[in-house]
Amino acid sequence: MVLQFEKPAAGSWTEAFAGLGTAPLSYEDSISPEFYELEREAIFRRTWLNVGRIEQLPKRGSYFTKELAVCDTSVIVVRGSDDEIRAFHNICRHRGNKLVWQDDPNVEVQGTCRNFTCKYHAWQYGLDGELTFVQQEQEFFGLDKADYPLVQVACDVWEGFVFVNLDPNAGRNGTEGLHDFMGEMGEGLEGYPFGELTQVFDYRAEVGSNWKLFIDAFQEFYHAPVLHVKQNPPGVAAPLMQMGFEGMHYALHGPHRMVSTTGGTSERMPEEYVKPIDIAFRSGLFGPWDKPEGGAGPLTPGMNPAGHPAWGLDSFQFFPNFVILTWEGGWYLTYHYWPLAVDRHLFEGRLYFRPPKNASERLAQELAAVTFKEYGLQDGNTLEATQKMLKSRVVTEFPLCDQEVLCRHLHKVVQDEVAKFGGGR
Amino acid sequence: MTAMLPAGFEDLEPYAARWSLATEGERYAARLSSSMDDMEAFYTAAMARTDDAKAYLDGFPLDELPDDALALLHLLYSLICVSFAVECWKQPNVPDSGAAYLDLVKEPVP
Repeated sequence: MVLQFEKPAAGSWTEAFAGLGTAPLSYEDSISPEFYELEREAIFRRTWLNVGRIEQLPKRGSYFTKELAVCDTSVIVVRGSDDEIRAFHNICRHRGNKLVWQDDPNVEVQGTCRNFTCKYHAWQYGLDGELTFVQQEQEFFGLDKADYPLVQVACDVWEGFVFVNLDPNAGRNGTEGLHDFMGEMGEGLEGYPFGELTQVFDYRAEVGSNWKLFIDAFQEFYHAPVLHVKQNPPGVAAPLMQMGFEGMHYALHGPHRMVSTTGGTSERMPEEYVKPIDIAFRSGLFGPWDKPEGGAGPLTPGMNPAGHPAWGLDSFQFFPNFVILTWEGGWYLTYHYWPLAVDRHLFEGRLYFRPPKNASERLAQELAAVTFKEYGLQDGNTLEATQKMLKSRVVTEFPLCDQEVLCRHLHKVVQDEVAKFGGGR
Repeated sequence: MTAMLPAGFEDLEPYAARWSLATEGERYAARLSSSMDDMEAFYTAAMARTDDAKAYLDGFPLDELPDDALALLHLLYSLICVSFAVECWKQPNVPDSGAAYLDLVKEPVP
């Protein structure tokens, strides 16, 4: 079979990256409860985690909460009266009640306020976390309010994405700040008009698999011609499967990784290859066919690294659980994978478009979003099936091909981080 | 009964009560609880009018759609939702999706 895209001089992407090896992979890191506990400590409690976008905090006093079950905590992210974005553990210093929530303490909330008041005994905190009011203060024993501020969490913003790091030393004393952490791969995306794409479709699902399995599912496209075969007209399915999938370009940047691939909206294809609904609304899996003004193509130096004319999308996988997919058509989507247990996680998928100028543009976005969901549902259920069988340990070694190089990298980085932390394996 | 849809779209009126739904959650639930015959009838009728409907709706600012135009827009959202059952799956739900779900917790309005 003739390759569509050239591979590195080493003969394969996998062999071009030092330390990955080509041996079959164990998925013990995705089924072992002990390993999961180590991951929580070694990775999620000391890595920059994306919890939202700056547009969620439009004015002073705007806040949102984020549940971080993997770290057994919840955080409040707030824009202060000095316009600083800060984050705090969502716990009242008095007797430990969750400070900010409505109706159901497990549900994330957002809003605007002048201060945070605990529902339990009305202790109040300023937007900067200082304790400002204690109910019946005279009843306490030598209590100095200055000693009981909210517990602050390291918080920083990259390209409008708000991150927290639960390591109290994060970004200080020579430890890695957010900008350094995002590294070369982050720099390659800087300048993307994220802040202008404010039309959001926000999807969520709890998935019965380890968080890494869903990352694996979306960081290789080897599965695409097979699992999603029915989303093509009948005449196209067989040739697509025959052709298989080849990534145009893969890159590893420290703990992060990316794949760049072909595609593009289907108006490039002969009509018999395109679904009638895509033609009717000029949209589909790759997004609206009509490009937004001034906002399509490779918009930053890190996009389309192969410089290929057939380029369609880049998938930037930021360690540990945050993905940005940039599409040729001038829109992007993000994925987040929040572990809930060794075999369960919360998946968040968000599509971001420019605000539509009319109903036709809005309908094209609707079709892209609905198509995303149809694909996601197929991917999601496959994962539960995989998790169940991995757990049997009937088979313990799995051969990965060159198009699955990013899966290999994720598992290696996770295992290395756990080993570095002292867990070992 | 008063019409839900704008004048000129009387042929789609029989489908409006069932399919002119404001949220994705309602539209997806309607798809899962509909027969393929019902969805194919709706799909065939609505697909014949997509160009007319888009031209009509594009005559208004998107955030100032009159109620009947908004009802038509919602009907087109349902057409998009139903199209996957009709064009791809030949059944209401995504094959092999089992108990998997994906909820749209926040969607643009309109």
